[in-house]
Amino acid sequence: MSLLIKGGRVIDPANQRDVVADVLVEDGRIVQFGTNLSRAGVTVWNAEGQWVVPGLIDVHVHLREPGQTIKETIQTGTKAAARGGFTSVMTMPNTDPVIDSPAIVELIRYKSQDQSVVRVYVAASVTKGGAGETLSDAYAIKLAGASALSDDPFTVMDSEVMRRGMEYAKTFDLPITTHCEDKRMVVDGVMHEGEVSTRLGLKGLPSVAEDIITSRNILLAEATGCRLHLAHLSTAGAVEMVRAAKRRGVAVTAEVTPHHLTLTHQAVEGYRASAKMNPPLRTERDLKAVLQGLQDGTIDCIATDHAPHTHAEKEEGTLGEAPFGIIGLETSVGVIMTALVHQGVLTPHRMVEAMSTAPAKIFGFPGGHLSMGASADITVIDPERVWTVESRSFASKGRNTPYEGAAMKGKAVMTMVGGKVVYEG
Amino acid sequence: MIWPTKDVLDLESLDSDVLLEVLHDVERFDQPIAPQEGLGRTVALLYFETSTRTRVSFERAARRIGAEIMVVDVQATSLAKGETLRDTLQAFASLGIDVAVIRHPASGTLSRVASSVPLSLVNAGDGLHEHPTQGLLDLYTLRRRFGRLEGLKVAIIGDVAHSRVARSNIHGLTKLGAQVTAVGPATLLPSGLGQWGIRTTTNLEEVLSDMDVLYVLRIQKERLQKALLPSFGDYAKGYQITPERLGRTKGTCVVMHPGPMNRGVEIADEVADGPRSLIWEQVKNGVPVRMAILAALLNRKEKVSDALPEIKWPDILKR
Repeated sequence: MSLLIKGGRVIDPANQRDVVADVLVEDGRIVQFGTNLSRAGVTVWNAEGQWVVPGLIDVHVHLREPGQTIKETIQTGTKAAARGGFTSVMTMPNTDPVIDSPAIVELIRYKSQDQSVVRVYVAASVTKGGAGETLSDAYAIKLAGASALSDDPFTVMDSEVMRRGMEYAKTFDLPITTHCEDKRMVVDGVMHEGEVSTRLGLKGLPSVAEDIITSRNILLAEATGCRLHLAHLSTAGAVEMVRAAKRRGVAVTAEVTPHHLTLTHQAVEGYRASAKMNPPLRTERDLKAVLQGLQDGTIDCIATDHAPHTHAEKEEGTLGEAPFGIIGLETSVGVIMTALVHQGVLTPHRMVEAMSTAPAKIFGFPGGHLSMGASADITVIDPERVWTVESRSFASKGRNTPYEGAAMKGKAVMTMVGGKVVYEG
Repeated sequence: MIWPTKDVLDLESLDSDVLLEVLHDVERFDQPIAPQEGLGRTVALLYFETSTRTRVSFERAARRIGAEIMVVDVQATSLAKGETLRDTLQAFASLGIDVAVIRHPASGTLSRVASSVPLSLVNAGDGLHEHPTQGLLDLYTLRRRFGRLEGLKVAIIGDVAHSRVARSNIHGLTKLGAQVTAVGPATLLPSGLGQWGIRTTTNLEEVLSDMDVLYVLRIQKERLQKALLPSFGDYAKGYQITPERLGRTKGTCVVMHPGPMNRGVEIADEVADGPRSLIWEQVKNGVPVRMAILAALLNRKEKVSDALPEIKWPDILKR
């Protein structure tokens, strides 16, 4: 529970700090900053050339418990999180059964206590069974320890239900994270509707289906005062709407995935199910827009939407039969560093903000900063570490990644939760 | 001719010189040929979707080059028990089948397994993606009629969005220098066609006088259920090829249709059966085209199994 992390570049936007310094962790807390620190009997981690940042937080993962443990478990998913440099994750409610009651929230909280190596937060379903019809017991769910409500990935299509769900959530100060997709416009779609889907002969998921619900949810949030968090933004239109809404003072925040920042619908060429997710990879123009949104703060944070599936599900049938989703916990830092930070498109400061400071702030999680006395949730990143994505070496049960075989530069090399090192690599 | 790749999956990936080579090669198969025997090779037909003319056409083609042909009823196979397509095809390869001709309702199904099975695959239609042998027989039919494809003005009319035949034809025609215009109501024209160098329009009337070919696509009932079309009648008003519309085309303009036809919906009886229609020639040309394709694939040096005898071409087919 004690460690002296020496000589790393400490990047801590919450404390306006970006400086080479030593960080002393004692009994699970950050107790000292400085240079030339030493403490007898305390192990030293040589962080020269490395970055020392507040523990990374992924507010959109699918741990697949309860009921879908063939794809992932709390244990394997959180090991994957730790390997990816994450100290906290928030898991989504589309499990079997759906997380729509205090009992299931408690189940996950208790299970996480001894099965998880990182902090697990729970987003419970806005509606019972994720069916979009009747509201879940939000207050009881909050008391049971949930941190947010969500309709991911089953958009609440009935606007009246969504409005009342937001009002009720506001009553108990629960934020709602929404998957924006007009379900009636996307029947049988497997990828972005555009030139590539036309060429491959595949049904598409049009951008306008995402924009319509994004717009609706923003307007409802504005009308109800509910704290709205938009999951996995993927269209230029959505970014524009968030920008305008923030200017108006609406309490809306947004996240984007590493894959929407780096890949387009071209990645589906060859009918690759490893490039099939929802929302889908879209055009170059959309990619540029979400990247710009992340750069200028319109988009607050990066979240992976880590969605493991079995190999058989993704590869044995047709592309249409393959479920949506790719893994992300163990590739996120590599992808962001390689494709964005090292290309000079995203500053290290903004990266840490997006992957730690902001997600903590939005959902009220402890962490996201390296303040004195804080619980030591720390991630150490080696920005120069070269490695290749080999999903079979991952801790996640999932192997479904479009980055298979890709060369990466940048990796989390130490993950610490409450002063305990949960990953070293 | 020796086919340059293991499989015939699409026209999109073919070089124009391969296209021209196969169209030329079809000619030697386009003569009366009785069923042969003893080629020493086996072709299997695996149909996951119904088909009349393509299936019968491939059967006749295989028999006329003397290949052993096996028509596999999918319902009776282990595929109905949940065996993967890859495993089924691997089993076929182990049984010494050289070529599998497959029609499947999902786009890209063959593309996804082709590289992991050793036998040659022929795409007889995969979902909305492509129907390469149909494209080839259409190109062959047009070449016979006009002597060339370059500069031909072809209107593809109807449900382009859901048509694999349209996609194959667009690729084939544009590679060989024809000018393609896609025509239909906006609900049936897919995104991105402009990026393929073809024109699109919702106005059939304005293109009629200019066209050399009216390629008519079938309208399916499903389109009525999904709010893509209000009724067959409304579609017919705007887009049916009637004698009156045909009358406004050049005297040399021909009408084609991949079949099966919805008479009275996308095409009028008199047009389908009239002198400008190439529809029955298309069907007829399917056999020599498929013979050429099967022969080109079977001519590849790699055999599925070394236990097989050398291929024995019937004299009538020897060059």
